[in-house]
Formats: sequence, C-alpha cells, structure tokens
Amino acid sequence: MATFLDLKNISKRFGGVQALTDVDLTLEAGEVHCLVGENGSGKSTLIKIISGVQPPEAGGVINIEGRSYTHLNPVESTRSGIQVIYQDLSLFPNLTVAENIAVGQHLGGFHPVDWAAIRKIAETAMARINVHLDLDAKVEDLSIANRQLVAICRAMAADAKLVIMDEPTASLTRHEVDALLSLVRELKKKNICIVFVSHRLDEVLEVAERVTVLRDGKKVGTYAAKDVNDKKLAMLMTGKEFSYDLKETDLSNRKTVLSVKNLSRKGDYKNVNFDLREGEILGITGLLGSGRTELALSLFGMNPPDEGEIKLDGKTLALKSNREAIDNGIAYVSEDRLTLGLVLEQPIAANAIVTILDKLKGALGLIPLGARESTVERWVKDLSIKVSNTGNAVKTLSGGNQQRVVLAKWMATNPRVLILDSPTVGVDILAKDGIYEIVRGLAQKGVAVIMISDEIPEVLYHSHRILVMRQGRLTGEFEPHKSSEDQIRVAVNA
Amino acid sequence: MSNEPAYLTKGPDAVLMRLLKGLTHDVTNRRLIILLVALVVVFGLLIGERFFSQATVQSMAFQLPELGILSLAMMITLVSGGLNLAIISTANLCALTMAYIMTTHVPGAEGFIWVGWQIIAICAGLAVAAVIGLLNGFVIAYLGVSPILTTLGTMTMVKGIAIGMTRGNVLSGLPEPIVFIGNGTVYGIPTAMIVFAIVAIPVAIMLGRTPTGAATYMIGSNEKATRYSGIDTKRVILRVYLISSLLAAIAGLVMMARFNSANASYAESYLLVTILAAVLGGVDPMGGFGKIAGLILSLIILQVISSAFNLLNFSQFLTLAIWGTILVAVMAVPNIRRRLGFAD
Amino acid sequence: MHDLFQRLKRRHEFWLASVIAVLVVYLSIATQGFLTLQNLFDLLTSYAFLGILAAGLLVVLISGGIDISFTATASIAQYITMLLANKYGLDWFSVFAIAIIVGLVLGAINAVLIDRLQISSIIVSIATLNIFYGLLVFVTGGKYIYSLPSWFGKGIYWFEYVDAEEISYGLNLQILALFVMFTITWLLLNRTNIGRQIYALGGNREAAQRLGFNVFRLNILVYCYMGLTAGVASLIQAQLAQSVAPTVLVGKELDVLAAVVLGGASLAGGVGTVLGTILGLALLAIMQNGLILIGVSSYWSQFFVGLVILLSVSATALSARRKRKGNLIE
Repeated sequence: MATFLDLKNISKRFGGVQALTDVDLTLEAGEVHCLVGENGSGKSTLIKIISGVQPPEAGGVINIEGRSYTHLNPVESTRSGIQVIYQDLSLFPNLTVAENIAVGQHLGGFHPVDWAAIRKIAETAMARINVHLDLDAKVEDLSIANRQLVAICRAMAADAKLVIMDEPTASLTRHEVDALLSLVRELKKKNICIVFVSHRLDEVLEVAERVTVLRDGKKVGTYAAKDVNDKKLAMLMTGKEFSYDLKETDLSNRKTVLSVKNLSRKGDYKNVNFDLREGEILGITGLLGSGRTELALSLFGMNPPDEGEIKLDGKTLALKSNREAIDNGIAYVSEDRLTLGLVLEQPIAANAIVTILDKLKGALGLIPLGARESTVERWVKDLSIKVSNTGNAVKTLSGGNQQRVVLAKWMATNPRVLILDSPTVGVDILAKDGIYEIVRGLAQKGVAVIMISDEIPEVLYHSHRILVMRQGRLTGEFEPHKSSEDQIRVAVNA
Repeated sequence: MSNEPAYLTKGPDAVLMRLLKGLTHDVTNRRLIILLVALVVVFGLLIGERFFSQATVQSMAFQLPELGILSLAMMITLVSGGLNLAIISTANLCALTMAYIMTTHVPGAEGFIWVGWQIIAICAGLAVAAVIGLLNGFVIAYLGVSPILTTLGTMTMVKGIAIGMTRGNVLSGLPEPIVFIGNGTVYGIPTAMIVFAIVAIPVAIMLGRTPTGAATYMIGSNEKATRYSGIDTKRVILRVYLISSLLAAIAGLVMMARFNSANASYAESYLLVTILAAVLGGVDPMGGFGKIAGLILSLIILQVISSAFNLLNFSQFLTLAIWGTILVAVMAVPNIRRRLGFAD
Repeated sequence: MHDLFQRLKRRHEFWLASVIAVLVVYLSIATQGFLTLQNLFDLLTSYAFLGILAAGLLVVLISGGIDISFTATASIAQYITMLLANKYGLDWFSVFAIAIIVGLVLGAINAVLIDRLQISSIIVSIATLNIFYGLLVFVTGGKYIYSLPSWFGKGIYWFEYVDAEEISYGLNLQILALFVMFTITWLLLNRTNIGRQIYALGGNREAAQRLGFNVFRLNILVYCYMGLTAGVASLIQAQLAQSVAPTVLVGKELDVLAAVVLGGASLAGGVGTVLGTILGLALLAIMQNGLILIGVSSYWSQFFVGLVILLSVSATALSARRKRKGNLIE
C-alpha cells in the first residue's frame, strides 16, 4: 500500500485554547480509517487542516503523495484529491442531482453553462461507483441515503483520492448503512482512502481497518480495528474505565402505571403491547425507522394511533394533543435536542419553564414576579446544571448541560411517565453518566421511565427490562442481567 | 439578587428599580439611551431653549402615539417570528368603519343614544379588526403560509375593500369626544398619549408576564421545539395576529381622531417605518427578541429627530433619511465592535 | 406522456398557466375588448415597469435576499438622468448608461451593507429605501420634471403597423425593454455559471461558501443587477408618463414583490423562475384588466388582487403540506 497522506507534528491553537498538539497521522491509499474522539477532542480541527480551511501552527508538515506542504488552502486540498463530506452533506436541495454532482463546473470566472457536460460528468461519476439516480430529480426530493450517494458522487466527480465522511451513519437506517458500507468497499477497490469520523462506536469497528483515537487534542494512538472493541475505545476516548451496571431489582410488586394494548398506527407500528411499572426503567431498542420514535410520539399525544388503547393508572387515555399528555403526567424528551428539545437561542430559564407556563400563572393570569426565578433556581440546583446566568441562551451550554435543561423542563411537569428518546445523543461519554444518574434517581422516586435508544449498551446497562422493536413491532423481550449485547444485536438486526 | 436590601425587592421602589435595571441591563437599551442623550445634547445646542419648551415636548407627545401604536402592532408579530404588513390597511378600514357609523348615526342623536352610537362605532371597528386578525392568524398558523405573503395578501385585500366601499373618498366630521382623543389634553398630557400608555402597558405585561407572552418569544425562535414542549403554538400565533390587528384598529381610531377624518390610504408611508422603529428598538427581525422598553426608546429617538428637524426647518424627508441611517448605524454596531476586537 | 404530466403537475408554473388560460378563455368569450391586439399592447406597455423590476427582484429572491429599496433607486435614477438629459441634450445610449450606473451604485451600497455589516437584507433595504427616498425628495424639494427632451418624449416605435380602424401598433420602448430584460435575466440565471451560483447560494449558503463560491461578489452582482433593472425600468416609466415625479414610484415595491411571489419565487431563497415571474405578472395584469372589461368598478380591483394573492399562497401551502403528509417528523 502506498501512503497517500502523512501528517507530522500538527498543532493548532485558537486564542488561548490548544485544539491540537503534535498529532501524527498516516493514511494509506485504499484504506478505511476511522477517526474517533469526544466532542472537542480535535477531530474537526484536524479535518479543517486537511481540507485547507485552517492552517496548522508552524512546524507541522503535510505530505500528500510525496509532496510536502506546511499548510494547504481549499483549492490545493481539492486539487490533491481530498474531499470532505460533511454531516449536513453540503448539497443544494433546490438543484438537480446532475448539477449537484457536477457543481465544480460552476466554479471559476463568468462563463456559460455547458449542460451537456454537466450531465456527462454526473453520469460518469455515478457509473464509477455503480450508483443509479435520476439525474433530473431535485435533491430535496431524495431520501437522506440517496442524498449521501449524491455527495459521494460529487466527490468522485472531483477525482477524490481521499474521502473524509463526517458522521455518515448518523441518520441512516440499518439497511441504508449496509448499502453505504458496500459502497465504501467499492471505493476501496478503486484505491481510494476513506476516513470515517464518528462517535458511534459499533459501526466504526465494522468497516475500519485502523482506528485513530484523539483525546484533548492529542493522539492517543492508532490501532488495528480487530484489536479494539466498544468498551476499549470508550476508555481510550475518555481515559476512564466505566462500570455501567444497574442493580437487579424486583419490580413485580410495583403498581402498573402505563399499559399499552394492541396499539397500531398504519405505516408506523402494529399491535404494540406492554406494561410499565412504577419506578421501572424500560429500555426500547430498535433501528432508525423501526417505529420507536413514532410509538413514543403516540404515547405523547402527537401521533394519534388508529387502534388500541393506552391506559394510565388504569384510566384509558384518548390523547388529542401533547398538552393533554403532559397534563396526564407523560413527558417526552425528543431525540433531536437541537431543533425539537430546546429553543437554543432563548434563555436557559425560559426553556426550563416552558412546559409549566400555565401552572405558574397566578392572579389575573400573570406569572408572579420571582416565580420564574425560584422555579428555575430549584431545577438548576437539583440537576446540578453548570450555569453562570440562567438568562444566557441555552446554546451557550455544553451538550450534557443542555440535556439537563431538557430533563429539568420535563421534571417540572411532575411526570408519572418519562419517555427518553436517545437521551445521550451528542453528549460526551463523561457527561452521559450524569444523565443516567439523574434517570436512576427519578426511577427511585417512582417515575416510570421508557428509554429509547439505538445504542444497545445504553439500554442493556441502564434499564430493568429491554424490548426490541423491529419493523413496527415489538419482537423481543430481554432481561439485562441474563442477556448479552450480541443477543440483543441479533434481535435488532434480524 | 437575594442579598439586596428589602426596599429594593419589595414595594413601589422595587418596581422602579426593576424598571431601571431592565432598561439599562439590556445592551440595546443602553446604546439607545446613549444615542438619545447625545441627540438631545446636540439638538439642544443647535436649537437652544426652544427645543426644551413645553410646546415642543407637547407636540412630540401628540405625534408619537400614532406611529407608536402601529409599531406595537408590528412588534408583537415580529417577536413571534412573523410580521404584519396589513396593519396600516387594517387601521384605515377600521377607522372608516367607525367613521361611517359616527357620521351617519351620531349627528342628530342625543344624550344616551349619542354616546351609544359612538361606542357602537368603536366596537364595530374593533370587530372588523378582529375578523382581519383572525383571518391572518388562521392562514399563518393553521394553513402554514409565511406571514409576509399572508399579510401582503390581506393588506391588499383589506385596502381593496376600503377603496371599493368609499371609492377612495374621505369620511370626515366626527363627533367631539372622538376629536378630543386626537387633539385634546388631560392635565397637559395629550389624550392620544394616554391612549398609547393604556395600550402599551397591557402589551408589555402580556409579553413579559403571561404564558402567552413567554410562548410568543419561544415561538419566535423555534416554533417546532415550542410545540414539542406542550404549547399550542397555533393558538398563540392566532392570538398574536388578533392582538396585532386590534392594536391597528386603535391606531386607526387615534389617526382618525387626529385628522378628524378617515380614508383608505392614510399613513401608508408608516408601514415600513414601524419595522424600522421596532428593529431600532432591539426587536430581532428574525423573531424571538424584543421588549416594549426598547421600542419606546426607539420611538422617542425617532420623534426627537423629527421634531428637532421640524424646528430647524429641515424637510420631513430628511428626517426619513436620517431615520434610515440611524437604523443601519445601530444595527452595524455589534458587527463593528466585533471587528475591532471588543467582546460583546 | 403520463410521466410528463406528472412532472408538470408538480410545477408551480403549470397551475399558474392553467389559471391564466381559464381566465383568458373566459375573458375572450365574455368581453369584446380583451382579445384585441390593442389591448394586448396596452397591457404590455403599462406593466413593463413592474415587469422589469420583477425580473430584478426575482434574482435577489433566488439568492436568498430581499430588496425593497428599488423604487427609491428608480426614482433617483430617473431624476438624475432626466436632469442631465435636459441640461446636456444626450442620446438614448447615454440616458440608459447614466440610469444604469446610478442603479448599480445604489445597488452596490445595499450589497456592501448586507454583506459586510451582516445585517439582514430586509432591514438594510428598509433603511436604504428611507435614506434614498428621503434624500431625493429633500434635495429636489419634491419638484416634478415636466419637460423632457423631445426625442425622449417621442420614444421608440418600431415595426409600426396601422390596422383597418387606423389604430397603430408597434414595438415601443416599454415592450422592447421588457423583452430584453426578461431575456437577459433568463440567460443570466440559466445559461451562466454565475446564475447557477445564485441558485446554489439561495439553496444552501453554507455549502456555497464551503465550495469556494465568492459570496461577496455574488451579493454585489445580485443587488447591482436589481439596481440595473431599476435604472432601466425608471426610464421607460418616465417615457410613458412623460414626466418625472420623485414621489410616485415609492410605494410600488410590494406590488412587485406580490407579482414575483405569485410567480412561485420563495422568500427563503433558491426557488423561482423567469417563466413563473412572467406568469405571476400576467395573472395580475390580466385579472385587473379583465375586471375592468367585465364592468367591475376599478375601485374594487385591488380587493380582487389581494384575494388572488391570499388564495394562491394558501393553495400552494396546502399542496406542500399534502406532499409532506404521512411524514410525521417534519
């Protein structure tokens, strides 16, 4: 194998913050390489240096196919065959597939458009990696998976020799991930080097030959993929050993809080049955598209079921809105914290009380002076949210603290049932523990918790019981202390 | 906050302190106060005593309410992440409705009936405003049309109704109590100013102290996340446009009272000025931010410039140009500070 | 064939054209005056001003911005141009050159404020509308210019044709300018890389930056193009009105916006076509013309315009919602 890219002594400082310190990285042609690390570990800075967006500090050397640079600019980087596919894909939704793939034709000074050439380039790029898409379809009408194909074709059209994919599997279903992985094998055959940047550890190991771990801007090491596993990577990324276990508890004498019978909704899920007891943490795992989020939204009154019934404390609920669900003591932490969970621009305080505005209301329909502050202060203290000022925008917080604000706003509603949809997405491994601790505390106080996640370890180590959801049906039930990750994984992917 | 002396947290002093604190705590307000003081000093030096005379101050107080109430109507929709281009046409149609009833039924009536018709007229104007507001709110919240397009349509339609009904004519000759709203004074304070205060205070309370107000700010930044938090966002948006429309009707009443007449196309040049005033007052044109205190400061600044230019015998059009310049300048401040390396 | 229909059905232009076709058929049968060459020419002539501005605004909207200062730009352009024309004589080429240069300069001011100071385009253009307009009326004292150079007053009249009733038709300055500006706009948007960059910018600004598009240059180009169209429009309007008034154009900016938006352009950017804009304008023109022809008082025409805008945007929103239905997590 020939070395395509060789980085030596790459450092980067932003103001007073040392983002990267003396990182070395070698990428071979035709290799699949994974770059993993926590938020803030320096992954994105490293990508920016490779793509020429940022220069490294003096002393660093970038070797591309034998040529040596002290820094790159975006044009040199592209010309050398480096293509970055960002998580948002950087496509133009309003333009056609052909135009997106051949968008490089639009660069440069004022010149006429050669539409025939654009089609030709797009066709050639698709043919190279055996992809078939309608050239005239608008990108906004494509599925996420197909958009990703367009982005990869665009990299092909630009003669990529190194394709860096930032979190490529984050919003794909299992089936789509498989298709992506076979495409990656195709690229590999063409001697193209692929770098995956990911924090989803199980998928990382499936495709990679080598894994490079970054922590606090330093390289921890490069490992052969077969020599590491989830747990070891987590330890390398955080520098901490974790013990996950939740104590085995007998809940059979607890009262049933929520009871779901024969619940169906066309196109989403079918014939769902389960009971949930006071103080129980019920894990539900399944792939993206398995109906898990749709089911959760039905319990939360935002996606009315066609058939079946939902009973809370023995009383049948016919929820018409999420307000009714909330008033009945059901709370829902969305999987999409950034656009659905929080109003990022608004103050921490406003976010923390948005669910109970009507409850705070006093005489004349006004919220009494100080009621806001005292409520917010209480939650900030209870959940030990690290804030300097609750008047600051919630986006100024770290992912972990943001998620605590989300929990605060739902705990304020005094829920009987708390539904957590992928509660630790985008939260650092270290901060995840804090979230689990809060959830355990709630369960101990008698709140019934449903924890939905596609990360199997999350449900395995943090719930009392696990249900597996597949293609809209509950297909399996597991007891954590008598099951292994592999058993559950088989059930999920069956 | 807890370790402050008691008189600062309780009683009327506390309210005043909160007010002052709120006014100066906010960066935008601080900038506006500095700008206002600077303007007063400059104009004071240029014009002299006349600038501070009772007549000048009173004339300012006469002029401010019209634009003020219209700006309130614009502002709350801006805060909710939308905007209402139909405020002027709503004000005019409502004024025409009121003027029609007042000019046909009030003359000749006496005593109780004389008063009754005037009240009925005002209620009819408000009712028209409510219909327009509900239409705007329904199309925006429930059909999901963008506010700018919806209100562009209703603006044209409402003005069309006003023109169609009146054939572009002016209705004039209003009863005395109505004229008093526009031109009278109570203890030296123009009645219109009192009307402005009467509407501005509830709007401020609505935005600052009620669930609807809190929800309006949240919706302005992210409607979907607010909906996921259990807020009936559609109903809040409907309410915002209803209130905006009712405020426009009150502005229509004040305008009609001041001119002693109503017409389909009065005050049209105010439409974009209300956005200017709101944005200058710290309202984020993208939604989610903006307080009444800032808006009032901005209105005072605009009025001070306008009145001073009037005293200096400058054209009112130069006033427009300066208003525009000030808007750009104030909006540019954060960016320029950033470029000069100041932390905000 | 079926496939073609399926594709057409999804185009905004298709529905707009259908509505216009129905309107045209109805008016042709119901009225004598609609389907005459003279009426057609009159319509084109009187809507040329709005049409040319609509072409410019379309480009701005596609780029993801908005401009409402163009009526003030047009007022300044026509005032300066006609002032100079009266003083120095000049010819057709020079007057257009001057009007266009004024438009370009004022457009560039908008672009620089929007791009360099990072203020939203709607706020900048509200401010510059007031600044441009206020200064114009202040400096000119609001005085009209009634006497225009005689060659300008006569205008251009090509391919003159006199029919049996001795009514003459011809390709006049307004129609010519309208066609030229629409053609240039179409070529710019569909046949040059810069036009495609403008679409791309409106579709995904961040991606455009990452790909190395020069966003500042594009902004300059877009707002200058708007200025250019304002310059051209201002002259053909002055020629039609046979006078220059500093106060009559300002206030028409929302009419232009309505036409472009009816034509399917999105305020969010990235969407909109020249054909759609032409159809949007045609719908407004034919409807207002038709209402008068079928005897509705002209006082009511604005009401119907508003109604059509409201119905059209509601219908578009409803069909978009239907497309999304079933997709719960929007």
